[in-house]
Amino acid sequence: MSDGVGAARAASPEAAAAHEEVVPPSGNNPVVELERLERRYGERAALQGVSVRIEAGTTLGVFGPNGAGKTTLLRVLAGLLRPHGGTARVAGASLPEEAWKLRGRVGYLGHEPLLYRELTGRENLRFHARLHGVPTDRVEALLAAVGMEQRGHDPVRELSRGMVQRVAAARAVLHDPPLLLLDEPRAGLDIAAAALLEPLLGRSSGRTRVLVTHDVEAGLSECDAVLGLRAGRQTLRAPAAEVAPARLRELYA
Amino acid sequence: MTRAAAVILRKDLRIELRTRESVPAMALFAVTVYVLLHFGLDRDTLDGDLASGVLWVTLLLATVLAVNRLFANEREDGALDGLLLAPIDRTALYLAKAAALFLYLVLLELVAVPAFALLLLSPGLGGALPELLAVLLVADLGLAAIGALVAALAAETRVRELVVPLFLLPLLVPVVIAGASATEPLLAAPQEAEGLGGWLAFLALYDTVFVLVSLAVFDFLLED
Amino acid sequence: MYGSGLRPLSIATAVATAAAAVLIFFYAPIEADQGFSQKIFYVHVPMAIVALLGFVAAGLMAIKHLRSRDRSWDLRSYVAIHLSIILGVGVLVTGSIWAKASWGHWWRWEEPVLVSFLIVFLLYCVYFPLRFSIEDPDRQARYSSVFAITAGAFVPLNFVAVRLAEQVLHPRVFSQTGGDLPGEMFLTLMVSLLAMALLFVTLWKLELSAKHAAQQLKRLRARLELQSERRAEGRGPVPAGAGADGGAVATVPAHPTSA
Repeated sequence: MSDGVGAARAASPEAAAAHEEVVPPSGNNPVVELERLERRYGERAALQGVSVRIEAGTTLGVFGPNGAGKTTLLRVLAGLLRPHGGTARVAGASLPEEAWKLRGRVGYLGHEPLLYRELTGRENLRFHARLHGVPTDRVEALLAAVGMEQRGHDPVRELSRGMVQRVAAARAVLHDPPLLLLDEPRAGLDIAAAALLEPLLGRSSGRTRVLVTHDVEAGLSECDAVLGLRAGRQTLRAPAAEVAPARLRELYA
Repeated sequence: MTRAAAVILRKDLRIELRTRESVPAMALFAVTVYVLLHFGLDRDTLDGDLASGVLWVTLLLATVLAVNRLFANEREDGALDGLLLAPIDRTALYLAKAAALFLYLVLLELVAVPAFALLLLSPGLGGALPELLAVLLVADLGLAAIGALVAALAAETRVRELVVPLFLLPLLVPVVIAGASATEPLLAAPQEAEGLGGWLAFLALYDTVFVLVSLAVFDFLLED
Repeated sequence: MYGSGLRPLSIATAVATAAAAVLIFFYAPIEADQGFSQKIFYVHVPMAIVALLGFVAAGLMAIKHLRSRDRSWDLRSYVAIHLSIILGVGVLVTGSIWAKASWGHWWRWEEPVLVSFLIVFLLYCVYFPLRFSIEDPDRQARYSSVFAITAGAFVPLNFVAVRLAEQVLHPRVFSQTGGDLPGEMFLTLMVSLLAMALLFVTLWKLELSAKHAAQQLKRLRARLELQSERRAEGRGPVPAGAGADGGAVATVPAHPTSA
């Protein structure tokens, strides 16, 4: 598996160059290691037999129809849900025993922005910074990076969907987490906003990422490896270079 | 942990200041009840035991209002996840919410107790004020400790609006009993602090037990 | 697992109940003031004591559940609360009958045990809507345990509070619920208490066995369904072991999945 991922990475010289500063050359440096992961909901299995390794600085794309377990997988990786079976090591923490170690080491951008509506963007980010022990001057830098310095004084409930997503993205990377979990991060964003977030959340950021997206073409180009889920079970796992878009579309059939 | 609790408390107080959802509702409720009783009973003076009963039952019902809303801002937009993902002790959340509820109760009493004295206690509170404050503060601790736990328990369930009053009120009956019994001689004329020490001791015991229980079980409510 | 000792327990319960009945009807004296109806006291008081102990025990079992994450302890806690509630109804009914027969009123606010029991009963009634409003079984068990622990801690404190209040308001000189009971009444009460306690434990074990069997049945049915599903899809039989163990094998042949 590691060979496949390394080969895919080297295939993109820009990516390789960007990664050089961030992380040592690929090898045995997995940020995520799942072995037959299981998560149940009552008698039903929400996730079953999921096994995957994610090397540092690479992106895993997760595809599958609604209800396949993609969000569940993300939440398990975030430490919000405890695994019921199998083994899981995420960002140096073995789940579920060491779930507390995982806190603060994950950046999560899900369907909900995780913001307080009545507070301003700036206040939300400062709150997040204080909880994570991050100096509050990072807040200004990030607000500028997502183009929200002017609107930073407005309560979140007055912001448009795209602006909220931008603030949420800033929140997700404010504490510089080693692992980024993204659940359809570009939903509700126009092209300009999406481009704005790219250096923070995208492949060029050099972060280890797990990306859930329904956009098959764009998704594929962004990932180093692909995981296909269907009804909680893993039906596909391969380096991105070896997977054709048509193959991915079959998952949704 | 207390640092994280302070950060969360500040956030909650800031939101309360902007939305003004809890304290004004509680204060309005209490004052309305006193006005209604003033006219409904056609009295402006209540006897010692009736007076203290009215005071405490109203405080308790107002607490239910605040408890219902205590975790409201965490439920919106997945904000609770943000707290769960942070490298903090989850008990800090409990401490912050309990502290917030305590502050709301104190603010409520700053309005409600004078209103009560004005509307239903013609001779006034007189010299027993410090003792009354002592009882209120110790009782508020218990109300806050249990209120925060019940709020967390009910926060994510479908039947929250049903569970909160039905679970909270029986649990707080001992507080009413102790508070009312302690207050009764204070509000009667002539005022004297009879048996106050015993009731305060009971309230302190009650508070301690439930703070300890809450601290022990709170984590289990948040994990998944 | 749950059904062990059920037969000797049932026999012991039957014997104790018979003994209690005999004592109540033939041995215990007829009370001068209240007459024959006073004898309901021998059912009412043991019921109350066992119910309250049941609630406290449920709290202890809930603690075990949270510490061990073994859901069977939560099940035991649930059944205990369930039975105590049923006994609780009995307490309130027999209490009313006794009150009416002895003092002419259906209720006595001056009785601290009765009043504190009512509060506890109302509290535990909330357990069920709370428990059944949560669908995820894991969460349901955890929240139920938190409830059981909080309420269990409450039971003794509540009793103390009501007792203290009553002492201030209505100082008791003579108490009929314990205290100075003549020998025959005391013995009868103790035997009744034993019978009631045994009855509780027997019913508790019985209900646990029944629930456990129902769970097994459900699990087997689920496996059967899964089996027929897999057969329809053309896959192999469900491997042994609890639940279905899907492997990480790709089922659609197209690209090699590197290990």
